[in-house]
Amino acid sequence: MTTTVEDRRAETRGTAAAIGRRARARSAYPYWFYLPAAIVYGVLFIVPTFASFYFSLTRWTIFDYKFIGLDNFIQFFQEPALVKGFTNTIIYAVVTSGLKVVLGLLLAVLLTSRIVARGYLRSVVFFPVLVSTIGVGITFTVLMNPQHGLINRWLAVVGVDGPAWLTDPSYALLSVALVDVWKGVGLATIIYIAGIVSIPQDYFEAARVDGASSFQSFRHIVLPLARPATVTVVILSLIGGLRSFDLVWSMTRGGPGFTSDVIASVIYKQYQAGFYGLSTAGNVVLFLVVTAIVVPLFWFLSRREVEQ
Amino acid sequence: MKRRRSYGLSAVAILVSAVVFVVPFAFIAITAVMDTRQSAELQFSWPRHFHIVDNFVEVVTTRDYMLIIAFINSTILTVCSVTAMVVLAAMVAFVLQRRQSRWTGVVNFLVLSGLIIPPAVVPTIWVLQGLGLFRTMVGLILVEIAFGLSFSILLFRAFIATIPREIDEAAIIDGAGPLRLFFRVIFPMLKSVTITVIVTQSVFVFNDFTNPLYFLPGDENATVQLTLFNYQSQFNTQYHLLFADILLITIPPLIMFMFFNRKIVAGMTAGAVKG
Repeated sequence: MTTTVEDRRAETRGTAAAIGRRARARSAYPYWFYLPAAIVYGVLFIVPTFASFYFSLTRWTIFDYKFIGLDNFIQFFQEPALVKGFTNTIIYAVVTSGLKVVLGLLLAVLLTSRIVARGYLRSVVFFPVLVSTIGVGITFTVLMNPQHGLINRWLAVVGVDGPAWLTDPSYALLSVALVDVWKGVGLATIIYIAGIVSIPQDYFEAARVDGASSFQSFRHIVLPLARPATVTVVILSLIGGLRSFDLVWSMTRGGPGFTSDVIASVIYKQYQAGFYGLSTAGNVVLFLVVTAIVVPLFWFLSRREVEQ
Repeated sequence: MKRRRSYGLSAVAILVSAVVFVVPFAFIAITAVMDTRQSAELQFSWPRHFHIVDNFVEVVTTRDYMLIIAFINSTILTVCSVTAMVVLAAMVAFVLQRRQSRWTGVVNFLVLSGLIIPPAVVPTIWVLQGLGLFRTMVGLILVEIAFGLSFSILLFRAFIATIPREIDEAAIIDGAGPLRLFFRVIFPMLKSVTITVIVTQSVFVFNDFTNPLYFLPGDENATVQLTLFNYQSQFNTQYHLLFADILLITIPPLIMFMFFNRKIVAGMTAGAVKG
């Protein structure tokens, strides 16, 4: 008796498994849809990322590579030029994302308020996002020329003695960061606009009935409710700022000297010089910096969001 | 927020935006049509002589029509990589959104990694060399696909979530297999998000400088972004030609912007918010 029942149970389990298998084999959403993307992504993104951890520990030239332990990283944090690249990367990312948050939010508030020519203003602020970074870099290199550049000429008209921008070691990095903000603030603005537009109008009306000033409704309605947009802007501009290469390369090439070098330009310079191991170590440092900053921040900011 | 329009604020906004955002583009445009001497003055002034045709002919013919070749290269690169990106990303997003399993978490993690992790340059070259694809257009196209997939998958996944499953079920009952279900039923319904992906990704790929610089070096392979360094030399930069070139390579994104402004904005905000 017991055996037959168990047999029957085993049998039903067997058929259920068979049905399951058949269903899986015939699923309308087959796993092989992942395959083409997975091959390209795996071979050209995941494999190099893992390989970079090994190659960063080698002395690597065109001909061969030799395991040398952590020497590349020691060199990276001892040579002043390379350390400068590291600190500059952090400064650049923090300055650009800070400015993009502040200016993006202000512009978004302005562009969602009742002003004339809103469409024109939105287009004009957003368009630089789509323009070639190299083109923007070269144009501003010309505009920022210390003697003949338009910026200093116009500043002189209003009586301001403009700095030497890109040729002054203490301003070079910040000048590039400003251009980065000029080019990228449009993206921050449209993200904030999307956030602000999604706030229900009732809140503003209720606040107005209660006699709130426009600053108060900004402070107590827009600012807290635009928080998801802030998270997005901060994360996106940090990721972009930490990796930034095109703009630095087209404007200063890391100069004067190496005062405006960032990790990404160090990676390129070491690659050109044939120090592949050191270049890859730079890549690993960049990877660690990005994950060490972005991942905890993402976790922290989205947790705060849930708590609210 | 305020009931009446504030004209004072509007005037200030328009004036400031004109100086900050319009003047640089106007500067590019007028310098591009100046003669050699006036362009070297770097002034924001009306051109004394208009050399529109001369300058553009000279830009195009510089270094044996390098700009034409570069435009062809950039077009091939953009069209091929964006087409492949769209198809591959839509397939991934479809299964990822529809089929919950132990793979879902892994795939989601990989997609996010693709957005965050900076690509490792020299090891990628090493892989391409191993495949015999370094310094080839095919290699660069594959690299662009690999780096652009994550963003495209996020956009597609968000959109597919809005398509009711009943449509899949109806197609399955009618006897459609996975391929037919996806390519004949689902993919045509993704038209709007597909346009968004195409427009945003082609602007990215067209404007990309770093990847062609690393993975497809050499003058004969130059993409448009690399031609900008033709007119710069240490001692004598031909500003009128340089800015004419900048103007020419700004036209494709400008056209995209004029026709697909809303799509671009939607794509960038949606993808960003989801990311």
